Amino acid sequence: MSHTPFIIGAYSIGAVVLLWCAIAPLLRKKSITRDIRRLVQIEERSRDTNT
Amino acid sequence: MNVKTEKISKPRKNALVMFIHKMGSPPWFYNFTGKFIPWFWAIFIVLTIWGLYLGLVKAPADYLQGESFRILYLHVPAAWMSLLIYSTMAVLSFIALVWRIRIVEILAMTSAPIGAAFTIVTLTAGSLWGRPTWGTYWVWDARLTSELVLLFLYLGVIGLYNSIDEPRKAARAACLLAMVGAVNLPIIHYSVKWWNTLHQGSSISLTGGSSIDPSMLWPLLIMAIATKFYYGANLLTRARVKLLEQDIRKAWVREVLKEKKG
Repeated sequence: MSHTPFIIGAYSIGAVVLLWCAIAPLLRKKSITRDIRRLVQIEERSRDTNT
Repeated sequence: MNVKTEKISKPRKNALVMFIHKMGSPPWFYNFTGKFIPWFWAIFIVLTIWGLYLGLVKAPADYLQGESFRILYLHVPAAWMSLLIYSTMAVLSFIALVWRIRIVEILAMTSAPIGAAFTIVTLTAGSLWGRPTWGTYWVWDARLTSELVLLFLYLGVIGLYNSIDEPRKAARAACLLAMVGAVNLPIIHYSVKWWNTLHQGSSISLTGGSSIDPSMLWPLLIMAIATKFYYGANLLTRARVKLLEQDIRKAWVREVLKEKKG
């Protein structure tokens, strides 16, 4: 039995899981940053209309 | 009246105490830890490339297991990390419950997904190593089962934390579960001694007497150190993002983003 597919399989799954685990918070940060910028814009607009 | 005797000497704070106090401040924590993350990633990448080169290319094949033993350069460091991260999470949970420090709560809770990822890697890599070595992907052996229970504990902590809307209440409940789950750690570690298992005992000992050849040991140790830096970088990244999420309406978050944009 060739061991190569098992080795490649193990390292591929490991790479995908750890890569996703590293990328997920960065994607979340991007979406939070977008939300904060939108919130600031809404607040500035409402301040402008009040003055 | 003597003016000199009127002077009240201020208590001098220890540098470590001052540092811990500063770390409790979200903007300070955010800015301070941000400096380390790129370095941690860089060290992780360099060590991983070096460790994998030594382990996959330079190390000789095992006389009994053949080439499949190379899976252990992923499986063993991931298994160590799954235990280390849970221990860290349990200690942080204890600190968070006793002293109610928000950043410690966040660090404990953001450890859980990283620990779960390492446990998944441990179980899948172990399973793929088991097929050519034992002739089966899975057996309900004490070591394998207790490691699977560890994955469920991680998922339980993540699930509980996300199921309660108020983040501080959620963290307290999940911290309690994390601490209770720590009882599984000695079971995992000693499972190969307490029960008759298919999984072999440890080949590496901190007190000496490792049964593994140095040409195979070094890549393993390098990978083990690399995964610590992965945990450090990932944990700090997640904690910083969580702080932004929780403090979304606070002034410091807007200032930080303004600085980044500028």
